[in-house]
Amino acid sequence: MRRLLCCTLALLLATPLAAAELDLTVQIPEQKVAEYHRPYAAIWIERSDRSVAAQLAAWYAQKDSKEGAGTKWLPDLRQWWRRGGRELSLPVDGVSGATRPAGQYQLKFVDGQAPLGTLAPGDYTLVVEAAREVGGREVVRLPFTWPVSATQHLSAQGSSELGAVSLDLNP
Amino acid sequence: MHKRTLKWIVLAAAIATPLAAQAHKMWMVPSATNVAGADPWVTVDAAISNDLFFPDHHAAPLEQLVITAPDGQTAKPQNAATGKYRSVFDVELSQQGTYKLALVNRGLFARYELNGQKKRWRGDAAELATAIPAGAKDVEVTASSSRVETFVTNGKPNATALKPSGQGLELLPVSGVTDLVEGEPATFQLLLDGKPAAGLKVSAIAGATRYRNAQEEMTAQTGADGRFTLTWPHPGMYWVNAATQDDKAGVKQASKRRLSYTATLEVLPE
Repeated sequence: MRRLLCCTLALLLATPLAAAELDLTVQIPEQKVAEYHRPYAAIWIERSDRSVAAQLAAWYAQKDSKEGAGTKWLPDLRQWWRRGGRELSLPVDGVSGATRPAGQYQLKFVDGQAPLGTLAPGDYTLVVEAAREVGGREVVRLPFTWPVSATQHLSAQGSSELGAVSLDLNP
Repeated sequence: MHKRTLKWIVLAAAIATPLAAQAHKMWMVPSATNVAGADPWVTVDAAISNDLFFPDHHAAPLEQLVITAPDGQTAKPQNAATGKYRSVFDVELSQQGTYKLALVNRGLFARYELNGQKKRWRGDAAELATAIPAGAKDVEVTASSSRVETFVTNGKPNATALKPSGQGLELLPVSGVTDLVEGEPATFQLLLDGKPAAGLKVSAIAGATRYRNAQEEMTAQTGADGRFTLTWPHPGMYWVNAATQDDKAGVKQASKRRLSYTATLEVLPE
């Protein structure tokens, strides 16, 4: 009996009624250039004072090299580096990843789970930054208020290193 | 003229020219101010020039180079070389944190006349007694103290290397020193012998002066607490300079001390 109770309790804890989540779509555009390298990219959430509320993704070269597995060029993600990237001890589970080719990427972040964690109610900005070797650098920002009572759709359009960025906030 | 003497005279002209507009500017420019990775290096140019940051006049001597590592210990420059117009050296950033690179010059200058000829001398207090020949006329001795600095951070910045020595004019960053961004106000404190240097003019000039028609000098004034704030109009390397003089020469033959401080600071786009 006690065992059954435990199991029920565990189930209840593991599957909250409906976990609030962020569904993010990031487009890395194709570049018509002779020398192409996949961009480094970082995704994070800033509080209104621009401090980092959550590090969501860092895509950089994972290849081992004498210069440190691609970490040498991380400061090129200038804003991310300054706002908190340099505080991280890389690689971070669930955050670090390989660079991505051109395409559309869907990412889901669940409230209460790594890497999002629990966002306190307040105003935030989701930031996507991309920097490409011998290419350009671009930052796209999506301000939002958390939590939401109904699904909210936000989007922004990059112009060079990033394409469409859209964010669905689900209660 | 003896090569070493010429070097010191050029150096003296660059660092001791008092409050008036300085003809020649001494500087160090690192290849990067923010680095990361397993074994990052930077290479640094050091020169005395008119145009910023083009070596067009004289190499900066590296004898007085002091590199302070993030743990406060000194680090050695590598592959140092001095050419006609420019000195270069490498720094291996084996520690995480902020490095301070400084050319620290303290010494005495003398001008005098001997047998109708004007003479100049540079040296330290111990040499002064024997340096000026008997029969020299119109002897004028001035003490000088100058620092030319730049900063490089590997990973996360720290403040250990920024600790002032308490001698001469020094800069204490308040809001970061390798963290500067266009349009964002940056605050620093200027110290004279470790105490706030009040009421000093600080000027800042962005590099690439060759490609514009005006110096576009920005100025700020230090407050009673020695603090001043600069807001960078655009990204780039900036030459930041302050100079003053006082009567704390430290030797009885000299009544005046000339002081200057220069930093090369990098400002990045937002």
